[in-house]
Amino acid sequence: MALLEVKNLSISFGGLRAVDNFNMVIEEGQLYGLIGPNGAGKTTVFNLLTGVYKPTEGMILLNGKNITGKKTIEINHEGIARTFQNIRLFKELSVLDNVKVGLHNHYQYNTLTGIFRLPGYFKTEKAMNEKAMELLKVFDLDKEADYLSSNLPYGKQRKLEIARALATEPRLLLLDEPAAGMNPNETKELMETIHFVRDEFKMTILLIEHDMKLVSGICEKLTVLNFGSVLAQGETTSVLNNPEVIKAYLGE
Amino acid sequence: MKMKINKTTKKNTITYLMLLIAWIVVEVLLRGGHLSNLISGMLVLLCVYSIMAVSLNLTVGILGELSLGHAGFMCIGAFSSAFFTQCFMNTGMNAGLRFFLAIIVGIVVAGLFGLLIGIPVLRLKGDYLAIVTLAFGEIIKNICNVMYVGKDSNGIHFSMKDTASLGLDVDGTVIINGAQGITRTPRQATFTIGVIVLLIALIIVLNLINSRTGRAVMSIRDNRIAAESVGIQVTKYKLLAFAISAAIAGAAGALYAHNTSALMATSAKFGYNMSIMFLVFVVLGGIGNMRGSIIAAVVLTVLPEVLRFADNKRMLIYAIVLIVMMLWNWAPAAKEFRERVKERFGFDGSKAKKAGKEEKKNTKGVA
Repeated sequence: MALLEVKNLSISFGGLRAVDNFNMVIEEGQLYGLIGPNGAGKTTVFNLLTGVYKPTEGMILLNGKNITGKKTIEINHEGIARTFQNIRLFKELSVLDNVKVGLHNHYQYNTLTGIFRLPGYFKTEKAMNEKAMELLKVFDLDKEADYLSSNLPYGKQRKLEIARALATEPRLLLLDEPAAGMNPNETKELMETIHFVRDEFKMTILLIEHDMKLVSGICEKLTVLNFGSVLAQGETTSVLNNPEVIKAYLGE
Repeated sequence: MKMKINKTTKKNTITYLMLLIAWIVVEVLLRGGHLSNLISGMLVLLCVYSIMAVSLNLTVGILGELSLGHAGFMCIGAFSSAFFTQCFMNTGMNAGLRFFLAIIVGIVVAGLFGLLIGIPVLRLKGDYLAIVTLAFGEIIKNICNVMYVGKDSNGIHFSMKDTASLGLDVDGTVIINGAQGITRTPRQATFTIGVIVLLIALIIVLNLINSRTGRAVMSIRDNRIAAESVGIQVTKYKLLAFAISAAIAGAAGALYAHNTSALMATSAKFGYNMSIMFLVFVVLGGIGNMRGSIIAAVVLTVLPEVLRFADNKRMLIYAIVLIVMMLWNWAPAAKEFRERVKERFGFDGSKAKKAGKEEKKNTKGVA
């Protein structure tokens, strides 16, 4: 069974059909790319998948379970985590605490235990710290654990967002333009990290990206969106050589 | 990582120690008779306002919502605890135990109202939320003003009209008498008790901040959408923080009620002027900075009293001091100046901050 199955997904904002009849199947462990010109509706698809918007029509199945119309929080509990195009970190929290917020639902103790510092507090906090540091190490952020997250350089902020999303132990990770604003070196490093995350955490990853080098470098399958509808879908190389896709990107 | 834990623990310990030292100093002065009547009469009030500053700082600094009705929660705490004390005054209950239970009653009732009011209010954001809390604060005050409650052998009677419509027996007593409020509550609140309550409030808030719950609350403050995306139950944690904040305000109210022989819900005591006063403590002392807001509360409460010699220029001086303190604390130029002074004299802490800043500068080109 496919991990994610999207059937005839559509959403209209007033008269504008932002996403129209969108279909997509992602298998477990795949690295899947969602590309398209600006304004094609890629981020809208992400917002639909994560419950920020409710679809006008269509269905989203995660591991066979219908998650259409659920709230963002519930969808995260079902196993979808995401990053944002415009970075959304918890700016006034330390790098470590950002990841610990991601661990929130997997390491529990109640508020009173926290306030009165009962034994459960120390035990769980220690486990959380260890787990968070482990994640930070993967992204080479462990030395900056004490920094305010807003003090991190841009590339590292992007990585921290991924680390935070992974902390929620998702089955499907959505990355919204992870390489945006990165220089070629950083992008290359990011590609390696994404590969590593997929192999190490056995993660399924869906990413939106404009950087064709990154897309052709790591994505196994692609969906191309244009004006809200699917233009092409399939293996990366065949999609990128599709004359329709080239036309949409470069014009005639 | 270890360093960071030590750092916050250290900071919190300093706050507790400061409070303890202040308590010892004041007690020694008090015993020695070195404090003027004016100051010694204000000691409990200082504790009350400090607790209010901590409570409001939880809402403003940690939850990130501007509440302008916090005096209302203090009012609820004051009236419910004084009511409890009055009810059990002649039952032979131990006075100390009664006072302790009265504080608990104040905390619980104010906390419940915080939860209740939080449900509609926390749906709003920013300025809108501030104005609605202001309205709720005024409503609470005004309801307390028209409430008549009495007690007799049949139980408790309640009316919104006047004492006559309570229909009390001959042996009954009026406890809450409308605008005249609750009178003759024993003045059991002492400075030491005030400091203990303040210390407990501080421990609760500081421990809360450094726990799983506190992180969830702060993540909502920093970025609600991101908090939802990692599965934080936004509504639950907002309500929780707001209710805890209200409960602490209730404790302050309970102390206040047991420090005055005539508890009345007047504008001067529980109106929005007071709420804004508390907000001034928080903003001046530092949003999210508990220690600072306590210091601000003490300074700004003592100052007008100390300035009485200046007579009619009193409020002018007060206002100027307020402006200067605000500039000194928060103007960017003043901040920079303080950083430079710190560096010069080699205080720690400035180094780590600088490292972060430099790195940020370096990356600006890339971004």
